[in-house]
Amino acid sequence: MKRTVPLIITATVGVVLIVSNFIPAFRAWGEEATTFFSIIAAIAFVLGGGSLLKVHLRKISDRNAGWGYSIVVLGTFFATLAVGLLKIGVTPNPAFPDMPWAGDVQARGTAFWWAYEYTFKPLTSTMFAMLAFYIASAAFRAFRAKNLEAMLLLGTAFIILLGRTFAGYWLTSWIPIDGPFSGLRIEELSVYIMQVFNTAGNRAIIIGIALGIASTSLKILMGLDRSYLGGGN
Amino acid sequence: MSFLQRIENADRRWVFLLMGLAVAVPIIYIGLTGKTLPEKATPLAESAFEVLDDLPSGSRILLAWDFDPASEGELGPMATSFIRQCSQKGHRMYFIALWPVGAQMIRSTTTKVIGGYYPDLEYGRDWVDLGFKAGNEAVIKTIATDFRQMFPADARGTSVSAIPMMEGIASLADFDAIVNVSAGYPGSKEWVLYAATPLKKPLVVGCTGVQAPLMYPYVPNQVRGLLGAIKGAAEYESVVNGWVREDSIRKTLVAGGMAESEAASTATTLARDPDDAGAWSETAAAASLTPESKAAVIALAAAPTPGIFLEAQRRMGPQLVAHLLMIGLIVMGNLVFFASRRRGGGR
Repeated sequence: MKRTVPLIITATVGVVLIVSNFIPAFRAWGEEATTFFSIIAAIAFVLGGGSLLKVHLRKISDRNAGWGYSIVVLGTFFATLAVGLLKIGVTPNPAFPDMPWAGDVQARGTAFWWAYEYTFKPLTSTMFAMLAFYIASAAFRAFRAKNLEAMLLLGTAFIILLGRTFAGYWLTSWIPIDGPFSGLRIEELSVYIMQVFNTAGNRAIIIGIALGIASTSLKILMGLDRSYLGGGN
Repeated sequence: MSFLQRIENADRRWVFLLMGLAVAVPIIYIGLTGKTLPEKATPLAESAFEVLDDLPSGSRILLAWDFDPASEGELGPMATSFIRQCSQKGHRMYFIALWPVGAQMIRSTTTKVIGGYYPDLEYGRDWVDLGFKAGNEAVIKTIATDFRQMFPADARGTSVSAIPMMEGIASLADFDAIVNVSAGYPGSKEWVLYAATPLKKPLVVGCTGVQAPLMYPYVPNQVRGLLGAIKGAAEYESVVNGWVREDSIRKTLVAGGMAESEAASTATTLARDPDDAGAWSETAAAASLTPESKAAVIALAAAPTPGIFLEAQRRMGPQLVAHLLMIGLIVMGNLVFFASRRRGGGR
């Protein structure tokens, strides 16, 4: 029962979506199914919160390595949840001055805005910015022209790296832009690589993935692939 | 220990320091001098501009901001330029987000551009912030047929039926173009698959450098304009900046009584070479304008572009030095590797 019901739901919704896509008379059914998806996606936020609590509370309870960080995670989770749900520091909407809860929780000056502006934003920006340092270190230690393929890859990388900056333009600016060899200018070469080689490779991959998704979806709809239900079968 | 061995065994913090300097020095230099590197727009950036430029004023543009603060450095400048072009052109802008913090991205970009430079635009008539909606591609699929089911109210809690510019918006089909700035999933690919392709709507995409190669296969039929990373943003920004200057001069000339065709050619000349403004003010064409109009035109031609609209071009400086450093590090790493292999120490 525990596995049969999800299987039936999956198969039914999948068939409805396929049928609604090809037969206009059933389009409304597909729209209903999509609406359910949106509702489930919203509920998933609650499940996500529950899962976060479960994982980190267990980690704290078992005193696993790094359990102190779990306290920080849960502390910030509850603090953000509280300032958002209780609308701390929110001024009432001017259109409804008698209703204190009608204000905008993300408006400038609210506690939620403060948490976003001075905590979330700088932390995420910093995390992403640190990539530059690790990529530079990897460039020095890992990118080796050990064989022909690696050399081709490195050559392409150099053209793209230069072509995405003024250096690419400057280095080959002596090649006349209207002449027969204008395609050898680095900025033109980088565009050519992206639009021809990259597009050809990516189209092949996309078509392959699409075929793979179609076959996997059919297996799921027919109940042959049950891995998404968990349990190792 | 030889020089090459020292390089080979160098602490990686030296590399971090070099990268820090490669980014910091150009930022400080550009900040102090205000100089930026010249940009030549590629056809992809030009077509991104043309999609919005070819639409008549008052067209309905859906702007989906699907990014977060982590990628704001890369995508923020193109988002501000998109809003600038739409505002200057007089398009009606409808902002939505499929990322939870996309709502904050909408707020920060609209506050900077509309609040700072187009204060005459009225909320609810010229632009509306519909905020974030959970559901990823299901949101796109739903609004493709029923917009109000997903967005019954704007981000401020006002019912869409009370918002004048929402009149006549029943589904995605009622928009004239879609602009998506995306940092991943859900984003550009989902807008291509579930909106632009089935509805045959013009879609302009601005995305991160990592995503750009994945979006090229959809150009030009499903994606009409593509801005890849800060380079694409810088190209588009330079096109928009030039056009905004030209359009502002043209409008001032027409308001001063000049014929539309003559105003357009004069605006093009003055926007391209602001130094000509002095000589132009002595011509017979300029003499037909009032002194106030003439002064306004000269001021517009010579006015510096606000810093907020130069962010992408400014960031090309650090990108140039950082890319050169990367190439240098790769070359150096290979030199050390092959030298040590020749000595019999390579792995």
